Amino acid sequence: MLFVTLITVFVVAIFLGVELIQKVPPTLHTPLMSGANAISGITILGALTCAYGAGDPQTANVMGALAVTAATINVVGGFMVTGRMLAMFGEKKEAK
Amino acid sequence: MSSLLLADAAAAAGEVVKVHWAVQLAYMVAIIMFVMAIKRLSKVRTARGANLIASMAMLLAVVATLANGHLLQLAGARVEHAVVDWHWIVGGLVAGTLVGAIGARLVPMTQMPEMVALLNGSGGAASLLVALAVTFQATSHAAWAGAAPTLATFQAAVDATPTAGHSPIVGATVLLSILIGGITLTGSLIAYGKLSGKLSGNAVVYPGQHAINFLLGALTLGLAGYAVYGELAPGAALGMILGVVALALVLGVLLVIPIGGADMPVVISLLNSYSGVAAAMTGFILENNLLIIAGALVGASGLILTQIMCQAMNRSLASVLLGGFGMTTATGTGGGKDEYKNVKSTTPDELALMCDGVSSVIFVPGYGLAVSQAQHLCRELGEALEAKGATVRYAIHPVAGRMPGHMNVLLAEANVPYEQLVEMEQINSDFKQTDLVIVLGANDVVNPAAIDDPQSPLAGMPILNVHEARNVIVVKRSLSPGYAGVKNPLFELDNCRMLFDDAKGALQTTLQELKAAV
Repeated sequence: MLFVTLITVFVVAIFLGVELIQKVPPTLHTPLMSGANAISGITILGALTCAYGAGDPQTANVMGALAVTAATINVVGGFMVTGRMLAMFGEKKEAK
Repeated sequence: MSSLLLADAAAAAGEVVKVHWAVQLAYMVAIIMFVMAIKRLSKVRTARGANLIASMAMLLAVVATLANGHLLQLAGARVEHAVVDWHWIVGGLVAGTLVGAIGARLVPMTQMPEMVALLNGSGGAASLLVALAVTFQATSHAAWAGAAPTLATFQAAVDATPTAGHSPIVGATVLLSILIGGITLTGSLIAYGKLSGKLSGNAVVYPGQHAINFLLGALTLGLAGYAVYGELAPGAALGMILGVVALALVLGVLLVIPIGGADMPVVISLLNSYSGVAAAMTGFILENNLLIIAGALVGASGLILTQIMCQAMNRSLASVLLGGFGMTTATGTGGGKDEYKNVKSTTPDELALMCDGVSSVIFVPGYGLAVSQAQHLCRELGEALEAKGATVRYAIHPVAGRMPGHMNVLLAEANVPYEQLVEMEQINSDFKQTDLVIVLGANDVVNPAAIDDPQSPLAGMPILNVHEARNVIVVKRSLSPGYAGVKNPLFELDNCRMLFDDAKGALQTTLQELKAAV
């Protein structure tokens, strides 16, 4: 892919993100932050791709495996924590 | 020939990024799901579903990536290194899931800022490691032709590798990924230390700090640039890159230590933004749109939150990042200027008495509430007041606590209905008609000097106008200054009484008194 194409995608996505996120009310800023944090764990794909290119020297493998571990912590922990927080916001609605 | 090693990194990356069309389609679906998820995060009603959609999108993306190699083989493509070493992947996935899940389950709600900081750090670490892995792969490709990986064989192998068509821009993104990932990793760890009290929350300042940071930053960029564009042997380039790694890690520490504990919300959202940008950089390396878009979304969210925090403190991002806030004022004062006179104190039984016959009450929670974990008692007192017929609301200042929306989460945990949580702009005009305001462990955000005193370091910061209420009770352990290190004239006002206790103790006794009175 042309580098210019990649840059275009990046810039357009930032604008999309700004539009979307400005509408999030302060009440939900913490879940937004931890949710976004979990999404940034998308580097797990990069990590998987590196671990995938196995057969090469151990250094790359170990790096890849460590990357998978770190990214998975980010993803799993992030989504679960966000879920816990949002569950609290939800409960009261049912109780009311 | 520009840097051979990094050009080869592009080659190595180019080899592993062959993506099957079905996987590309799955990535597109994941992108749409992420966008939908963030859109639905804007309403409390749909937010839970949003989190589920986002995690499903992530799962889809992971499964699609894992399936990619098999799909390519089925399609008849010649895939180098097609043998997936499941041990590495499964090991990493299992270990990461265990650590992440256990951590997420065990962490108490009051320690959410610390948790987010740690998770952020692991995201930064992942970006750093991916970029490093690509670099090592490139090095090994270079060495593939020779036997022992000595500098000479590297040289020979690299010379034999066709490098045409690979832009040094890819090399630049590898280094940016390392740089941003490294800073995010150690920066988040320092933020965690400051938030959890394992490190002093004070700003660490020393002479020449900014100059040193600037020089180190310039050195890092210079080294990175040299590694990309300098015509280096792979061994030397690898050394350079490892140097960049070390410098990025050091920079992360140095950039966050001068920033005080109460400015951590800004730091955390900014680091969150960085981790998104780091993910997008990884996307550039692997030419993966999903990584680029998801990273950009996170980057944007972090930036917006950072901006909101800064506006709420009436400070520029630069002044937060340069740090040292509160230090100069704290050391510069100490004379008679800071002494309080005419301070009236009160007791829990008096507060309990006041609770009879008030028709409107507003709680103002601050970091002190989080520290003493008094959110449940706060809700109980609120309910007791409601039972007496008062309207009860909670005024939320945008920077109360140590994380954007920190108070909302705390009070939600205590089952305070979120309709009762009112933002500063909406509630500020109501203080005049309010009978009783109870300030729980907040200080700077209710300091009227921000309005009256143009000399105050807080001047211009939007505050909650609690001083306009008929009665104000400030629950606070002492008259010590808040984070900004300035005196709070609110405490001397006629309508204000101090209850010297931590939030938990004060609320507990008040509740007992209230119940005894019934």
